[in-house]
Amino acid sequence: MSPLLELQGVSVAIAHAQLLDGISLRLDRGQILGLVGESGSGKSLTAMAAMGLLPLIGGRVTTGAIRFDGQDMVQMTEAQRRALRGRRIGFITQNPMTALDPVQRIGAQIDVVSRLHLGLSSAAARARTLELMTQLRIPEAGAVAEAWPHQLSGGMKQRIVIAMALAGEPDLIIADEPTTALDVTVQAQIIQILAALVRDRGLALLLITHDMGVVAQVCDRVAVLYAGRLAEERPVDPIFAAPAHPYTRALTLCIPRDDTARGALHGIPGAVPTALNYPSGCRFHPRCPKAVSACSATQPALVAYGEDGRVACHLPGPGAP
Amino acid sequence: MTAAARPAPAVLRAFRRPVGALAGAWLLLVIAAAIFAPLLSPYEYDIQTLKEAYQPPSAAHWLGTDEFGRDLLTRLMYGARTSLSVSAIAILISVLCGMTLGAAAGYFGGRFDRLVTVVVDLTWSFPEILIALILVAIIGPGTTGVLVAISVAYLAQFTRLTRAQIMTLKGETFIEAARSLGAGSGHILFRHLLPNALAPVLVSAMLATGDAIILEATLGFFGLGAQPPTPSWGSMMSAGSALLFKSPGIILFPGLAVAITVIAINLFGDALIAALDIRSRMRPPQ
Amino acid sequence: MSQPLIRVEGLSRRFDTGGGFLKAPRSMWAVRDVSLAVGQGEVLGVVGESGCGKSTLARLVLRLIEPTSGRVLLDGTDLTTLGAADLRAARRRMAMVFQDPYSSLDPRYTVADVVTEPFVVQRRPVPPGAVAEMLEAVGLPASAAAGYPHQLSGGQRQRVGIARALALHPEFLVLDEPTASLDVSIQAQIIELLSGLRDRLGLTYLFISHDLGLVRYFCDRIVVMYLGAVVEVLPDTTTAPRHPYTRALMDSSFSPDPAQRRTLAPLAGEIPSPFALPAGCAFADRCPRADARCLAERPPLDGDPAHPTACFHPL
Repeated sequence: MSPLLELQGVSVAIAHAQLLDGISLRLDRGQILGLVGESGSGKSLTAMAAMGLLPLIGGRVTTGAIRFDGQDMVQMTEAQRRALRGRRIGFITQNPMTALDPVQRIGAQIDVVSRLHLGLSSAAARARTLELMTQLRIPEAGAVAEAWPHQLSGGMKQRIVIAMALAGEPDLIIADEPTTALDVTVQAQIIQILAALVRDRGLALLLITHDMGVVAQVCDRVAVLYAGRLAEERPVDPIFAAPAHPYTRALTLCIPRDDTARGALHGIPGAVPTALNYPSGCRFHPRCPKAVSACSATQPALVAYGEDGRVACHLPGPGAP
Repeated sequence: MTAAARPAPAVLRAFRRPVGALAGAWLLLVIAAAIFAPLLSPYEYDIQTLKEAYQPPSAAHWLGTDEFGRDLLTRLMYGARTSLSVSAIAILISVLCGMTLGAAAGYFGGRFDRLVTVVVDLTWSFPEILIALILVAIIGPGTTGVLVAISVAYLAQFTRLTRAQIMTLKGETFIEAARSLGAGSGHILFRHLLPNALAPVLVSAMLATGDAIILEATLGFFGLGAQPPTPSWGSMMSAGSALLFKSPGIILFPGLAVAITVIAINLFGDALIAALDIRSRMRPPQ
Repeated sequence: MSQPLIRVEGLSRRFDTGGGFLKAPRSMWAVRDVSLAVGQGEVLGVVGESGCGKSTLARLVLRLIEPTSGRVLLDGTDLTTLGAADLRAARRRMAMVFQDPYSSLDPRYTVADVVTEPFVVQRRPVPPGAVAEMLEAVGLPASAAAGYPHQLSGGQRQRVGIARALALHPEFLVLDEPTASLDVSIQAQIIELLSGLRDRLGLTYLFISHDLGLVRYFCDRIVVMYLGAVVEVLPDTTTAPRHPYTRALMDSSFSPDPAQRRTLAPLAGEIPSPFALPAGCAFADRCPRADARCLAERPPLDGDPAHPTACFHPL
């Protein structure tokens, strides 16, 4: 079976800056792919590319293909891409405060998605809206549908945004930091609801997050981005148990676990370079504890690693730095 | 906000834009003419030579002469002295008072703030010209009257802008940080709030100087400004208005001087706003 | 616990919103009757979600805002009654590191201006070589002194903020979510920096955070707050929680380990509005153990003095 979403060697540029370089990913139905990396690594840009929204920010795909259900979105007309968005690809943004129209009632904002994309009547759309809200465990859905956005809490607003993303019965959901703005107890609720929906409905979820805890909790596969390139892409269990790329390893060591001893927490020295001053060779080499001379000289290719994984490193795998 | 908000290098950056450079060059020319008028002109501004009256522009008199035979260009340069200095000094007084009032109101708040706000809102709802006319009527015509009139007319604008700047800046964490170090009101006002509020207020003052030149000319036109024989652009136009068909240059040249100078001030101000990157801060939210 | 350097007694703060046209004035208690002590050399963590009052508490402790009632004692001196001059002198002994590394530095100050501001404010001469020394202590090159904050990354700015806090060699630092707006990679750098400075300079920290995992790693004892009040004080980082809210908070922070996946009974509902506090336990409407008593009566913070819990039905 062909994957639902496939990025093949996608490079993206804004003006003269090459911001993504040969990103390859695949995502099947019923699967959650976590996209991680520090700020500036290209996570959100990858999501914009997969949504076909690059023109909004003046970006363009320079090489590669983005196939959604077998069709190349790069070659599509804007009208064809627009027909996919909202209908077959749902989007959940980071900030629920700005994702809702402040002068429209909650119910109407969800209704419009299924009326537009599924051609439902007003009554049928409202029935569907209430059903979705109930599934998202929104208490008193009828009353909330008549409320205004400012009357809802942040967690409730994010549920409404999720309901909007689901209203067009999409096959793929792209969620960009969906819980970053929320409190931890609310984040736990939302993440669990989201994961359950994907499993129950056989959706695919591209989950962009900086939170390795969330990734470990719900993702099937993990793609690690660094400075616009893919560092490692593997199933979730081995990538946490034995990270192949030093960057992945460093990222997991940044978060204290229950058993992390005092002083065992290590940051990553330095900062993510900007597109204007990417280092030669492997872009991580100036911050890498394992770097050897080859790392600054040649760019490591993305090669198969372990069971069903890929890594771009000259010295992959465990081992002392 | 970035370090681009530092005024001194921003003036140079404003000159780098073509429009800014052109406008800036004109302003420098007018200011230089006003300062060096006695050196630049072979004529006196007040000596009447009636046999040379109403001359058209010539090699001897580049812009011609007026009804008393005085060289128009010379009077224009001396007029620039009056018009520019009165406007600039009036705005300077207005800015100093407005910043003090606005900063005190915005920083300390409370009853004083409410009082200042009411008075400012009240003056804000009258046209500047009306305020100025009333004040000149009270103080009497002449340079001092015009100076006070213009200062008061623009006081509300600077008070309001400064107050809004201070109110916004007061909420920044670096103010709280300074307080956590033990800083008192003086340090916070003079080392943090006012320096950060300065750029928009100065640009606003620059633009208001343009308006003030028009206001000064208007008062001069009504005969309320500098008294003869001291020339000002407004009083020159006033004299010329009666002779519009006989010798149009007498009213035309001071009129053009006012128009071009005010346009130049506005264009240069725009270039400065762009160079400082403070467009969003120029209009206080109300 | 060693001799407390900071003692907070019955600290409360009420905020009144002004009301206005067609709007009734309202009031809320941001911090309700909080008592705690921070031992010399201790790192005391204060953890809670938005609206729990932890940031207000941080500011009350440093008297950046005035309390409605209660006292804060620094080494026995009541800060809440000090006059302006004495308070300024006391500020040499304590300092704060702020959450937002962008708005906490004046954009018109150079890095050197920022780190010498404490001396200017306290009217003391800047010791020669102090700037380079301070920058070195926080891991910045001496060449950074002449630059402006906008030329620095978020992590570097936070280092400048820490250098400013340390300038006058204080004993006590309040750290208000100092890493909340940074990447985890940078967060770990800053935490290690703070940890090293504490060991080297013998500092005492009050560490405010929403991240229980981070607090458990970094702090000696943990105060858990909910809606302005302390619900539990954990005596160390390994003791199991007794308050159902602390338990929920722990369950909600996912461990970065797929082997520890779990399905939680997610906590129902959200934090109630502080403007309409329930009569009983503030957590009762979300608590799986709540009964009629919890809804009617507010549980006091008591039990084991080393591990007090405000709950009628502790775990």
